Order: sequence, then structure tokens, then C-alpha cells
Amino acid sequence: MLEMRKLSLSFDGKAVLADCSLCLPAGGRIALMGPSGCGKTTLLRAALGLQKPDAGTVRCEFRRVAAVFQEPRLLPWRTAAENVNAVLSDRRGSMPQARAWLERLALGDACERYPAELSGGMRQRVALARALAYEPELLVLDEPFKAMDEALCERVVALTAEASGGAALLLATHSEAEAEALGCRVLVYRNGAFEPGA
Amino acid sequence: MKQGRSGKLTGRLAAAAFWLGLWALLALLVDRELLLPSPAQVLAKLWALVRTAAFWQMTGMSILRVLAGIASAVLLGLLGAALCHRSALAMQLISPVMTLVKSTPVASFIVLALVWIGRDSVPVFITALMVLPVVWANMTAALAQVDPQLTEMARVFAMPRGRVLRRVTVPSVLPAFRAALSSALGLGWKAGIAAEVLTVPKYAVGRMIYEAKLYLETTELFAWTVTVVLLSLVIERLLLRLVSRIGRERRAADA
Repeated sequence: MLEMRKLSLSFDGKAVLADCSLCLPAGGRIALMGPSGCGKTTLLRAALGLQKPDAGTVRCEFRRVAAVFQEPRLLPWRTAAENVNAVLSDRRGSMPQARAWLERLALGDACERYPAELSGGMRQRVALARALAYEPELLVLDEPFKAMDEALCERVVALTAEASGGAALLLATHSEAEAEALGCRVLVYRNGAFEPGA
Repeated sequence: MKQGRSGKLTGRLAAAAFWLGLWALLALLVDRELLLPSPAQVLAKLWALVRTAAFWQMTGMSILRVLAGIASAVLLGLLGAALCHRSALAMQLISPVMTLVKSTPVASFIVLALVWIGRDSVPVFITALMVLPVVWANMTAALAQVDPQLTEMARVFAMPRGRVLRRVTVPSVLPAFRAALSSALGLGWKAGIAAEVLTVPKYAVGRMIYEAKLYLETTELFAWTVTVVLLSLVIERLLLRLVSRIGRERRAADA
């Protein structure tokens, strides 16, 4: 379970969230929606333990956590398959698994290509493959589909919904369709906190 | 303007030929071997030296001293940089020492080292001392520039420390390490040979340079200097190639 209680968070010295609480049980799915700069990413960073809250507590009981950030965050000196494998193990043994995930995301031809040789959308899919291959208990997604065209986005969202299986999911998005396709309960930004949508 | 590999080589050879030609012309104008020997005279002297066992003994010992100094400096520099990266206190403590070492004349250290340690060890110590701040500064800057987005990613995916080091940190700092090693080798030879000239160990290129100066053997002085330049270039090439190869093999082994 991920539990955030009475969180206050700042971004670049500016308070963005105040007294914000959220509870995500095992297998639960939540989508955070709101205008750009309202604090969705900041909240996700706090959930991942990458940002200390100004006030309040974060308790994460999930042991395997994976994330897809707004930027792909791939190792530039590794191929796509090696990037996926990097989070799986130190050995070549898990490479077939890494390649299989890339194939599922329609990146079979890009396995041996370096991030610099891929388009923005392809890089983001590699990042998604890396997160799904990790088989997380909690999957944190920060607007991961925004660099993809509509048709591809629909396909990747459907695949993510299926592949993430029983994992808990915390998504930041601007698209209600994505939230719905992923089976998320939508929380909307209001007055410094996220509340259930109408 | 971009040049091909053969174009670069031709350019380099042409530049070398130009400077050698200028040197030969000046030697012809001066016309006194004591003041400025010609390239042919230096080459002949070098050839004569190369055929003696003493040449290899002297150069062998100098290579060992300089490499020992550089290796110690690289090791300490990496360790110091890692320490400063992790601790602000270590940075506050180490940074002024490095500035002091960098700005103190090398001759002062040589004289002090002669008092503190044995004559044969001074060139190793001086080489290490001169190279250390360069390696430390380069590696400290490189570690500070490791992409925080990648380290965050590694943290989220709970990558073990060793894997983060191999897959994120080392590849990030490898270009800076190559640059540091290149500077370190050039500087190391200069400092090491200077220390040998001043401390005159039994077997050393520095000793031969000192004696050549003492007996006004200008051609021999040039020949030993050319030897040092060639050694520095060859060893730099070999070591940098080795570092690149290790980087590639590491990658292949990890994949």
C-alpha cells in the first residue's frame, strides 16, 4: 500500500500542494489530473521517495517499484535491449526477456539501436518496456504516452493496461481516455490537493 | 572543416616536416653543434645511444618511476574525487590542499622531498604530487556532472550499488577520465624527469640530461629529450587505447 498523509510539497521553492492525502492499496489504480504545474509530477516524485515533503508523511509498502518519467531516462551508451535489461539483472541471461518486452511494444527492430538513434516516442516506449519488464508491484507513470501519436498511444495504453496486470498504478495524465483505459480512479486537482472527480 | 583519417595523417606529417625543416635550417645558420645540433646529428646520437645497454637501463627505470607516480596519483585522485562527491566536509578539507599543491613551485617540493625521503623515491613522489590535482579536479567535476535523472532512475528501480557504478557512473565519467589521464601523462613525464635532473638517481634519464648539460654535450641532451618526448607519446597512446578497450570490454561483458 502507498499512503500519503497531509502532504505539503514545493517545486522550485514554490508551494504546489498543501494538506494532500492519498491512499493506493495493492492493485489499486489512481489517475491524477489537473493543469500543468499543479503538482502532479511533484506528488509522484514524493511517492517514489525522490522528493522530501515539506510536511506530512509518505509510507510505501510496495517492494518493487517502477516508473516511467516524463523523460525516457535511458542510458545513452546502451542499446534499447540493454537499457531494459539494466534493471533486470547484470547478466545476459535476461536479455531474451528484455527483447520480448520491446517486441510487445512494437520495438522489435529497435532492440540493438541506441537511444540517440530512436525517435522521442520510441524512447518513451523503451522506458515503458523497462518499467513493465521489471514486473513491479507499483507502477508510477508520469504522462508516459504524450510523445506518441493517437493510434500508437491507444495501442500502448491497452498493452500497458494488460501487461501491468495486478500492479498498483499511479498515473499523471491530461487524458481522461487514458485514465479510463487503464482502469484508474480519477483524482482531480482542486485548491492545492487531489480530490475525487465529479 | 572535416578531414579523413589519411588527410589528418598527411596534415600531421606535413606539420612535423615543416618544423623539422625549420630546425635543420636554423642549425645550418647557427653552424655550431654546441649551441644547436641539427636533426640529423641528434638522430645519429640517439641511434648510438639506443644500441647501448645503459640506454635501456636508464629509460626503463625512468618509465617505472613515472608510471608508479602517475598510477599512485590516479588512484588517490579517484579516491579523493569519490570522497568529495559524497561529503561536503571532505571537499572543504581536500580542495585547499589541491590548490596549494597546484600553486607551489615544483622545485620547492623537490628540495623538501630530498630532505624527507630517499633520492630514488623523489621522482615518484613528485610525479604523483604534480599529477594528483589534475586527476582529482577532472574527476570531481565529472562526478558532479553525472546526469541526476539517471541516478534517480537507478534509485527507483533499486539497482544495486555495483550495477549503478558500472552502468551509470563509470560510463558517465569515462571521457573525463581519458582527458585526465592524457593530461596526467604529459605532466607526469615533465615533473618526473625534472625531479630526476635535480635529484640525480643512479639510473635515470634525468641523470643523463643533467650530465649532458654538465659536460656541454648538447647533442646528447637533445637526444635524451627526444627520447622522453617519444616515450611520453607512445605510453600515452597505449594507455588511452587500453582505457577505451577496457570501456568496450566492460560494456560487452555487462550486456
